[in-house]
Amino acid sequence: MPLRHSRIHDIHVASRRRALQALAAGACFFIARPATATPDELTAALRETFGERPITRGKVKLTMPRLAENGSVVPVTVSVDSPMTELQYVKSIHLFAEKNHLPRILEAQLGPYNGKAVVSSRVRVATSQQITAVAVLSDDTLWSAAVDIEVVTSDCGL
Amino acid sequence: MGAAHVRMPESAKRGDVIEIRTLVQHPMESGFRLDNTGKLIARHIIESFDCTYNGREIFRARLHPAVSTNPFFTFYAVASESGELVFTWKDDQGGVATATSRIEVV
Repeated sequence: MPLRHSRIHDIHVASRRRALQALAAGACFFIARPATATPDELTAALRETFGERPITRGKVKLTMPRLAENGSVVPVTVSVDSPMTELQYVKSIHLFAEKNHLPRILEAQLGPYNGKAVVSSRVRVATSQQITAVAVLSDDTLWSAAVDIEVVTSDCGL
Repeated sequence: MGAAHVRMPESAKRGDVIEIRTLVQHPMESGFRLDNTGKLIARHIIESFDCTYNGREIFRARLHPAVSTNPFFTFYAVASESGELVFTWKDDQGGVATATSRIEVV
């Protein structure tokens, strides 16, 4: 008798657990979904900016700390391995964050008059995620680099 | 718009690549933060920053809310001739900040 009782109890607990899990998953979906961009939105932003042109990994170096104590001020440096001459140069550098509210961080226009294709700034990273840098070269090819960054705290609201 | 600061060499040899460091004071309010009463704080960000060298644009950046408070940029330029570099920041509420630096190229 106690055995049977416990089995019913187990079933009851299991179904309650399932119900709670479903509820929690639903809650996460509704709460978390609008709070951050998703990799899909990153893909959409990339397509909106660059169309269907292929983006190749390489030539771009994205320097950021792997671990950011404070996500609201994260130093970032993007350098592109390219000459900066009238014949061949870097046209622009674009930075994206896959899980910020808005995937775009900044865009910088460059030219041969810059001498070298290196840009530094400080950016906000809402939560642990991947940051992507894309460079457009004068021959219209696209090159990228990505860095995974862990964020401890962030109060920028992004 | 707050004060703008630029740090770059006062002189350079022709053809040298010089480092230009810029900073402007600005809240860069993202538009996603809530105040104490739970109301959304309106977005107030710098949207564009550019630098001209004797009238020719040598750097332009478009900023989104993910650029930190007091936007900071470091970039480079070829010292081609003596003259003036003008830096301009514009925000989404009509605010403008400018800074000017001279360089002697020998």
